[in-house]
Amino acid sequence: MKLRKVTAASAAVLALSLAATACGGNDDDSSSSGSGGGGKVKVGIKYDQPGLGLKKPDGSFAGFDVDVATYVAKELGYKPDQIEFVETKSADRENALARGDVKYIVATYSITDERKQKVDFAGPYLLAHQDLLVKKDSKISKGTDLNGKNLCSVTGSTSAQNVQKTIAPKANLKQVSSYSECIAGLQSGAVDAVTTDDSILAGFASQDQYKGKFKLAGLKLSNENYGIGVKKGDTATVDKINKALEKMVSDGSWQKAVDANFGPADYNNEPAPKIGQLVK
Amino acid sequence: MSSVLYDTPGPRAKRRNVVLSVVFFVLLVLLLWWIYRTMDDKNQLTSALWKPFTESEAWTTYLLPGLANTLKAAALAMVIGLPLGAVFGIARLSDHRWVRAVSGTVVEFFRAIPVLLLMLFANEFYSRSTNVGSADRPLYAVVTGLVLYNAAVLAEVVRAGILSLPKGQTEAAYAIGLRKGQTMSSILLPQAVTAMLPAIVSQLVVIVKDTALGGVMIGFTELLNARGTLAANYANVIPSFIVVAAMYIVLNFILTSFASWLERYLRRSKRSTGAVLGAEDMEELNPAAVGGTFGTGAGGGFGSGTGV
Amino acid sequence: MPSPYVTHPEAREIVFDFLEGYDVLGAFWMTVKLTALSAVGSLIWGTLLAAMRVSPVPLMRGFGTAYVNIVRNIPLTVIILFSSLGLADIFGVTLGTDDFKAQGFRLAVLGFVAYTAAFVCEALRSGINTVPVGQAEAARAIGLGFSQTLRLIVLPQAFRSVIGPLANVLIALTKNTTVAAAIGVAEAAALMKTMIENEAQTLLIGAVFAFGFVVLTLPTGLILGWLSKRLAVKR
Repeated sequence: MKLRKVTAASAAVLALSLAATACGGNDDDSSSSGSGGGGKVKVGIKYDQPGLGLKKPDGSFAGFDVDVATYVAKELGYKPDQIEFVETKSADRENALARGDVKYIVATYSITDERKQKVDFAGPYLLAHQDLLVKKDSKISKGTDLNGKNLCSVTGSTSAQNVQKTIAPKANLKQVSSYSECIAGLQSGAVDAVTTDDSILAGFASQDQYKGKFKLAGLKLSNENYGIGVKKGDTATVDKINKALEKMVSDGSWQKAVDANFGPADYNNEPAPKIGQLVK
Repeated sequence: MSSVLYDTPGPRAKRRNVVLSVVFFVLLVLLLWWIYRTMDDKNQLTSALWKPFTESEAWTTYLLPGLANTLKAAALAMVIGLPLGAVFGIARLSDHRWVRAVSGTVVEFFRAIPVLLLMLFANEFYSRSTNVGSADRPLYAVVTGLVLYNAAVLAEVVRAGILSLPKGQTEAAYAIGLRKGQTMSSILLPQAVTAMLPAIVSQLVVIVKDTALGGVMIGFTELLNARGTLAANYANVIPSFIVVAAMYIVLNFILTSFASWLERYLRRSKRSTGAVLGAEDMEELNPAAVGGTFGTGAGGGFGSGTGV
Repeated sequence: MPSPYVTHPEAREIVFDFLEGYDVLGAFWMTVKLTALSAVGSLIWGTLLAAMRVSPVPLMRGFGTAYVNIVRNIPLTVIILFSSLGLADIFGVTLGTDDFKAQGFRLAVLGFVAYTAAFVCEALRSGINTVPVGQAEAARAIGLGFSQTLRLIVLPQAFRSVIGPLANVLIALTKNTTVAAAIGVAEAAALMKTMIENEAQTLLIGAVFAFGFVVLTLPTGLILGWLSKRLAVKR
């Protein structure tokens, strides 16, 4: 009898978990099909980049990308509660747009010729540059200073390749999976500098825990024109987003968003870029 | 644990043991002191880094959803992998040589490949050849990788479970006129499943641990991945690692304890045939080196294991 | 003699085109190096742990038990990541090199040793259990102490009986070295990830790497399986 009970119990557990997962499946279906006129708009952002796109402890989102995305959504006719933010990791961005998982992506998405073949871009809405984040008292002031120094970046990022190929081939490069890990290494002294876009670095440097400890080297090692990714061929949306971006700059909300998100990190932002004009 | 390896200590041995204990204790304390000092030096002990874990938001926004995904992937992998494993396990016991050969090859192949390769491959496959949404794809890829690998392992578990039953069960079934299929489905399998339960729960530990690979390598938002989002917010890389490691330990400790309780329960149970596949047997079956029994091994598979 | 299957030179070129520019053999050599060094390290550390777990000193027994049960329940991924981000970055354990490539490799080996030793320890402990009580009793009767009994009588027999389980641990270790990709060690899985993302022949690339691991693990299992049968203590 006891034996039966154990078997029955395990069968029940299996059945329950099956049922639970079945429900989960249904859930996913209904939400992913809602990208059309169902009232909600899905927007791709990053979840782990302070200053640009960050998931806050209360479940809300904050950062410059988030502000831009929200403003654009408003101009497209969506109310704040109709916006659904979705995490789009760097490697997934093209795929998510092509499949229509999200309507547009605002996630430190640099406009490049290679990407333009797969997606369309609105904007640019911000001009960033590859830069270095160093400790406040660091003597590193130009790219070649990095030779022989410990440098940190994210595995496979273009910034890392840039340094290795052109800027400082003799730099000792540590590659990790996210920038927050680089910053922790910078704080402990394991690395001398962190490299990626200045906007991302500024975001980390303005976090409470790091305030006043780091500085940007102020090098313009590259030009990154952040655009808003849209599904290839959806020119109507591109036009609408471009109009929204123009309005965001002209009514002052753009500058306000820059100041609010990057302010504490002595980050000298470039003026708002002209729509459709890339700085090479 | 009075052992046959040494006599009950006399005065000299007692003295030596005390000296050894003290030396070992001092070494341990030095190690802990060094850890404490370094963490303090590097400001890893400041309350700002640890305080988030005392607040509910860090848990409800990051860690618990991550843990839920870990459990979801593990449960799915087990629920899909077990029947699949059963099919292959039974096929390996088939009377037909070619069925045995095919199923044996498939099982051995998937047992020989790292689960990470299976996940990476599945991830790319779903991305290129199917229209699985990019939000769901990591989960699909992780579960696919886990299912392929664990079905192969569970096939061996099922086979061992069936083989562990006394021969008389099959003979009695044939004697009352049951056919092969009937014998398998109504006599052998039900008993084997019961015998296998502890082994299956132990395998869950392996699956839970392997989900973490998907978090780092293909961006599945399980517990370890959620740690990254949390650390980006609170800037506490090291404390978050320690907390997440502790969560894994507690979760897997519960699972292993449950497995060894099940094993003891089934061994004691009078109505069973006494055939139980414990965690120790699993370590032989599963090269992924199973989580295993907690504490001292419950005298499992090995012959003359009279407690040394 | 040309291969009987792909005779046309152009066809061969198309089939193996995707391998060009990628150091597949180098990546597998890295896997082998990781496996070999970690295997030696974990055998030593695992034996020490097993000795602690059966020693007369309660504190050592407690440490051994705690170590095994904690380490076995943590995902290897967490251990490997922590050795890079925690040990190296915060605790300054750089293992004698500042070059991050070499450091990553050594830290990965350290992580694998820490993890695998727990399983080696458990395998050995169950091996010690298979040595008949009479052996240890006889050893004590002729006046051998704990370490002599363990070193001269019990462990040599235990090792012979655990070659099978240890072979499984070694196979698992070989496969587990792929986790080193998480901290950027350029081994097989890391290369496969790069290749599979950049090349079109997903299936072929997957097959090549799967084949590589079958080649690495299958002989290990067969040779050690044969050895364990040969060396088994007949009782």
